[in-house]
Amino acid sequence: MRAVEISAKTVEEAIRIALEQLGLEKEDVNIDILEQPNKGFLGILGNKNALVRVEEKFNPVKYSLSFLKNVLARMDLDPQIDVEENDEYIIFNLTGKDLGVLIGRRGDTLDALQFLTNLVVNKKSTQKKKIIIDVENYRNRRKETLINLANRLAEKAKKSGKKIVLEPMSPQERRIIHITLQDNKYISTYSEGEEPYRKVIIVPKK
Amino acid sequence: MRELVEFLAKSLVDNPEKVEVKEIIGDNSTILELTVAPEDMGKVIGKQGRIAKAIRTVVKAAATRKGEKVVIEIM
Repeated sequence: MRAVEISAKTVEEAIRIALEQLGLEKEDVNIDILEQPNKGFLGILGNKNALVRVEEKFNPVKYSLSFLKNVLARMDLDPQIDVEENDEYIIFNLTGKDLGVLIGRRGDTLDALQFLTNLVVNKKSTQKKKIIIDVENYRNRRKETLINLANRLAEKAKKSGKKIVLEPMSPQERRIIHITLQDNKYISTYSEGEEPYRKVIIVPKK
Repeated sequence: MRELVEFLAKSLVDNPEKVEVKEIIGDNSTILELTVAPEDMGKVIGKQGRIAKAIRTVVKAAATRKGEKVVIEIM
């Protein structure tokens, strides 16, 4: 994080100069007063300035956004990035040209980028918000597709009385299938195999 | 592609100044040799190679877009 040490006649003055140099507001920084000013005796002896250290606070949104922009620039991509933050997640939704390459096969490039972004940000802080990276709302569209698929295959398993093996999916995608079907009385679900080839199995209940 | 690998590696390790990426251009593909400080190896490889795999996936996507073929070797 960027930081400056400023010496001035008063603490307030030093902080003001520091904020100006960093181009930040008071709520974006941590302030350490290293030395209190001393007017000295009759303004002659031991006249000492205040010394403060002002450091930019770690901001996970700013930090991850800057990481993401740097990565995208090196991929020759310049999408629009919308940020949404709630108690659990920081969500970056990317829109623009040529972003199919960022999604990859069933979202594997998107998942890789998201995984790396989470690693890089968690390395810098203890913040526990999960970062989600999405392209043109791909994740929601994929979720809907998976829910439809789950319901359709559950119906098929129920009718045929045979188990159905789905294609390999990521843990997040398997979770969507399990959750969609957890209250279904006619079938049950479990996963089988090793990552990254782990698959969901739908079995009819006897 | 070299800049992308270098930036990703530097963001992940504790000793970014020790990150080096050597580019070896071949006929069909480019090899990028990534070197990091020994104590940072885990930071670019990860459990069961998960981090290395993610780096390769992102770089491969970027390369494919440019019609290039890139192989990353972690030294």
